[in-house]
Amino acid sequence: MNAKVQNQVARAGLWCTGFFILALLAAFLGYILYKGLPVLSPHFILGKSSDMMAGGGVGSQLFNSFYMLFLSMAISIPIALGAGIYLAEYARENKLTKCIRLSVESLATVPSIVLGLFGMIVFVNMMNMGFSILGGSLTLVLLNLPMLVRVTEESIRTVPRSYEEASLALGATKLQTIFKVVLPSAMPGIITGITLTAGRALGETAILIFTAGTTVSRHMFDTDVMAGGETLAVHLWYLMSTGLVPDREAIANGIGALLILTILVFNFVLLLPIKLLGRKTKA
Amino acid sequence: MERAATIGRLDGKQSGGGHERRLFYDKCGRYLFIAAAFLMTIIIFSIIFFVGRQGLMTFAAVSPLEFFFSASWDPSLGKFGALSFIVGSLVTTLLSVAIGAPLGLLGAIFLAKVAPAWLKNIMRPATDLYVAIPSVVYGYIGLMLLVPYMRDAFGTTTGFGVLAASLVLAIMIMPTILSISTDALNAVPKPLEEASLALGATWWQTMVHVIVPAAAPGILTAVVLAMARAVGETMAVQMLIGNTPQLITSLFSPTATLTSDIVVEMGNTPFGSVWGNALFLMAFVLLILSLAMILVIRRFGTRRV
Repeated sequence: MNAKVQNQVARAGLWCTGFFILALLAAFLGYILYKGLPVLSPHFILGKSSDMMAGGGVGSQLFNSFYMLFLSMAISIPIALGAGIYLAEYARENKLTKCIRLSVESLATVPSIVLGLFGMIVFVNMMNMGFSILGGSLTLVLLNLPMLVRVTEESIRTVPRSYEEASLALGATKLQTIFKVVLPSAMPGIITGITLTAGRALGETAILIFTAGTTVSRHMFDTDVMAGGETLAVHLWYLMSTGLVPDREAIANGIGALLILTILVFNFVLLLPIKLLGRKTKA
Repeated sequence: MERAATIGRLDGKQSGGGHERRLFYDKCGRYLFIAAAFLMTIIIFSIIFFVGRQGLMTFAAVSPLEFFFSASWDPSLGKFGALSFIVGSLVTTLLSVAIGAPLGLLGAIFLAKVAPAWLKNIMRPATDLYVAIPSVVYGYIGLMLLVPYMRDAFGTTTGFGVLAASLVLAIMIMPTILSISTDALNAVPKPLEEASLALGATWWQTMVHVIVPAAAPGILTAVVLAMARAVGETMAVQMLIGNTPQLITSLFSPTATLTSDIVVEMGNTPFGSVWGNALFLMAFVLLILSLAMILVIRRFGTRRV
């Protein structure tokens, strides 16, 4: 009897845990959006930030966030595809493969502040880039790579072996098979992975403070890669730790809401077509 | 299949000298892929090399004994004892795992074994969303809600401290534990569960004595990965811990961790000074800690099921 009561209590407890986890997330999102949405206005989103006075916007930071995201993705996607293809298609179980796998795993757990300091030594100081968009983007590549390699490899592994065998049997070379048969079939998985990685990179802060810096270019929407590359997330941190503007909490609330909205878009809206397509091909 | 057929047709049309060329491309592609993959190894080794070299230069001016076992940190007086940061990092990490791991594990059992399908369809994306929220936003929420609450509820002067940081960290690492443990629980063969139930064990007894032990290596992997995330987490901790280089005296007193102190001080140190190098050495300690955790997972985390 005792064991049965225990069973009931445990089940009830598990339900509570499940709902607690969901409620906490809802409370977080609700709080940030409730505080931040009223701040969002065209002037705030596109305006210039100010150092001392109230009423600054986050236009440059928003632009920098996406610009650096784009640059880092443009560099990391080809490399990650190559590495993922190697691990899924070519790698034999030898020392080299083991070493590469261990490297990817290790790279994925390196704390982002350590990646940031590495970028500071190599890109900012040794290559004389200074705190710049380029330095920040190159360091972001290090963060993106292990995640992208992993999803590429996993997505390629889900492609049925028979597709590949059929293509090879028809006389296509391995390279043709990979680009015309394997990659197109693995594409939904890879794109999902890229989108989720992009969401992570967009909110990253620790890695960028000492590589992209906490300043922005004097010009709005400056595409110069050597300009200062403060992003939204860095600006939020900067405001709360050393910011001087009197309305820093309002700005921080606005940035929080902007970040959360972007994450929601990246996690759900952008992935919607892929999910719908996947359902169609299954049916 | 259709695509494969198209390729076959194309091949037939262009047969002739093209084949040699395509085989050559094939070889080039192969080498490019290997190069891309090997780049990962080059990157991780250069991170270890550059951060390590910069950091170990500290020992030219500061003895390892002082760095690791002294808690007096005063760069202007040339005192570089990082013990308070190391202790701060370890205590914050362990406390956050102690809070986050049970929550994550219970959530995983719920998600894997109890939740009906519709709830699973909500909880999985919710878990992903937890991971996707930027750490600076977690820190900001903690700063706005948790810190004032701690100040009022426990009557401390600032509200900053290990407990505030650990609570937010616990929430940040919980989804990692939840999602990896869920996979581990789902991977336990169904017959094990059925056998236990058939022998008369209640559902909960089956969970505690059969399923969870069978999934233990996966759960351990989850916990160690979560620890790695907690020890390296920077922004949220920096915003909540109070940033005072002193040894922990209570859960409510401000202190600092390896990561938080790097962020606070790196901006005002000249590159290449002893002070700067000491901060790089702290980063190197973090790097070694996280690499050690990977080795732990490799050694013990392999799934026996």
